Parts: sequence; C-alpha cells; structure tokens
Amino acid sequence: MPDHDALVRTILTLAAERFGPAGATLQPGDDLYDALGIDSLQAMDLLTALEDRFDIEIPDYELQDVRTVASIARVVGERL
Amino acid sequence: MKVFHGVALSWTVVDDVLEVRLHRAPANEIGTTTLRELEQLVTALHDGTTGARAVLLYSDRPAGFCAGADLRELYEGIQGIRHATVRRTLGALLTHLSEDTLRTARALLGDAARAGRRALVMPLVVREVERFLRRIHAVMDGLDTAPVVVVGALHGVVFGGGFELALATDVRVADRTARFAFPELRLGLVPGFGGVPRLEREVGTAVVSDLLLTGRSLNAKRAHALGIVGQLTAPGKHVDAARRAARQAARFDPATVAAAKRFARPLPRARLDDEIQTFLTCIRSPVVEDALARFVTSDDVRPYLP
Repeated sequence: MPDHDALVRTILTLAAERFGPAGATLQPGDDLYDALGIDSLQAMDLLTALEDRFDIEIPDYELQDVRTVASIARVVGERL
Repeated sequence: MKVFHGVALSWTVVDDVLEVRLHRAPANEIGTTTLRELEQLVTALHDGTTGARAVLLYSDRPAGFCAGADLRELYEGIQGIRHATVRRTLGALLTHLSEDTLRTARALLGDAARAGRRALVMPLVVREVERFLRRIHAVMDGLDTAPVVVVGALHGVVFGGGFELALATDVRVADRTARFAFPELRLGLVPGFGGVPRLEREVGTAVVSDLLLTGRSLNAKRAHALGIVGQLTAPGKHVDAARRAARQAARFDPATVAAAKRFARPLPRARLDDEIQTFLTCIRSPVVEDALARFVTSDDVRPYLP
C-alpha cells in the first residue's frame, strides 16, 4: 500500500490541474463537491482522471459517500 | 434522403459516408422525438435512398454520446396515464365530492386506494411501454442489420440506452473521456433497448454481470481492453478517427460488406425477445415509479446513483 500522504498530494495536484484556482487551494479534508462546486459530469471526469493517473479502476459506488481528498486517497490506496 | 435536419439528429452525405449527428440537449436522451427520427434514419439506410456506403454516428453534445432513455418523458408518461385513467374512471363521482371529502377518503383507504389505482393504470402503462420498446428494438435491429458499416464515435457519457445504441454500431471508436454503464437496475429496470444481448455478443458473462448487476461505469481504456470498443483515441479525436474508419469501409464492395456483417454479427434474436419480456415484468413494480420520481426531482451531483 503506498504512502497515504503521497497519494493525497498526487490527488491534490490532479485537482489543481483539472479545476484551476479552486482546485489549487483545496485541502485534504475539504468537501470536494462544496469546495469545487462540481456537477455530475465533472465528478465522472474526475473518476476517469483518477483511474488514468493511477492505472486502476474505481467502481462508482465506492466513491458514492466519499467527499474529501483524504477519503478518495484511501479508496485509491486499496486499489493499488 | 441525402440530407435531414431534425430536432434530435441530422445527417448529410460526405464522400459516400452518411454523417449522422446527435444534437438533442442535454445529452441526447432517447424519447419519442429521437425514436421517430432514428426510425427515419433506419428506413433511409435500408431503402438505400441516401446513397451512402457507410455511416458515421456521433454526438455534438459536450456531455457525451448519449445518456440513455429520456427518463423524464417516461415518468411524465406514466403520470399522464395515471391521471387520465383516474379522471376517466372516477370523474363523474369526483365532481360531486368536495376536496375535504376526497382527502378523508384517501386517508381512510390508504394502501387499498393505491393498489386499486395501480391495478387500473398498470395495464395501460405496460401497453404503452411495450409499444415504445418494440419500436426502439426495431430501430436498434435496423442499425445492426443495415447493409452498410455503421461506425459509432463515442465520448463522455455512454450510459443506458446510449450504451445500447453504441452496441448496435458495427465499429466503435471511443475517446479517452468515454464511460459506459448500465444504470437501469438503480431504477428497478433492466436495459430495454437490446443492450445485454448485444454486449453478450462482444464479451463474456463476467463483464456483462459486473456492469449489469453493480451498475458501475467503465472507462474507455478498459472498454477497449475488453473488446467493447475497437479503437481508442485521445480526447476529442474520436470523430475524425471514426470518419476515417467509415471512409475506409465505404471503399469495399457493398454486397461483400453486407455479407460480412451478416456473418460476423448475427442478431441475437431470441435473447432480444427475452429482454422485452423481462423489461415488461420489471416495469410493473412500484419500485420503478418511485425510483423515476427520485431521479427527476433529484438535485444530487450524481442523480444516476441510488
């Protein structure tokens, strides 16, 4: 299992790339949907980006109740 | 017909290829308007009036290729049948009762009233849904068995009926943003446009079951690895790549193309018929109307999730 903090940093970088200024100021514990105001298409886009970046598959339902970068990092970590 | 401009789709012939553009906002949801125009497309393909030797099917909607059936139209259709039936059946009686009396009657009768209403309404809903299903199946079968190669260019959302439409094309070219899913179980339904029998033609039961029974979505890279799409492109490059594939297919002898399609892609007739019956069994459940109501009133960022 990779280092959790390293995963969080990678996901924060990815959010900054995809969501511009709002993504760049995101903190590990922030609610992703509230902080970025993303819609369903952007959520899908983020899922594809995560899968691409880590070369994994994440079933949608595993992200259903996941709202922070820290918790996304835990889901990603279990698939690596 | 070489040129067509519709509400949901338009087409024109360029270099022997019939380029069909899906353009209904927000994401090419398939309702009766799209169905009617797809029927015109299939008729034109089979009677040969377009003169095209291949088809390119793509979407100009940013959200994706197609988000599936128009669930809002389905829900409103069911509501419309219900209101019309109740009005017709109880109209004379209701006009003589006050609102207070009706409210009291509803409260007293409760579940019995709901069950009675369902018994009245459901046969009519099933009849209308079956009519729609048979028409959309004819369209999908018509695309599948068209005497020319149909190339689908896929991006973004390719969900439900959109996935089923994609599976009716012969050659699928997806960009890396495409995602594929059968979310129907979340609505208490099975895919109804021929999707499962057509996916079974491409991949094994493990993949079909994973997608059907979890409702999860699959990214384009994985869909390519599994053989659900034939070609993978960078984001936004799928239409050009699909156009090149269609122009290549258009060079071949038409009779040979038609023979090759019949040989390589036989229609899974019995399974398609089974699917209609399974769908009609599911639609009778009260689960469906409740799930549709949740869907159309949802302001969730992911309304397709339960």
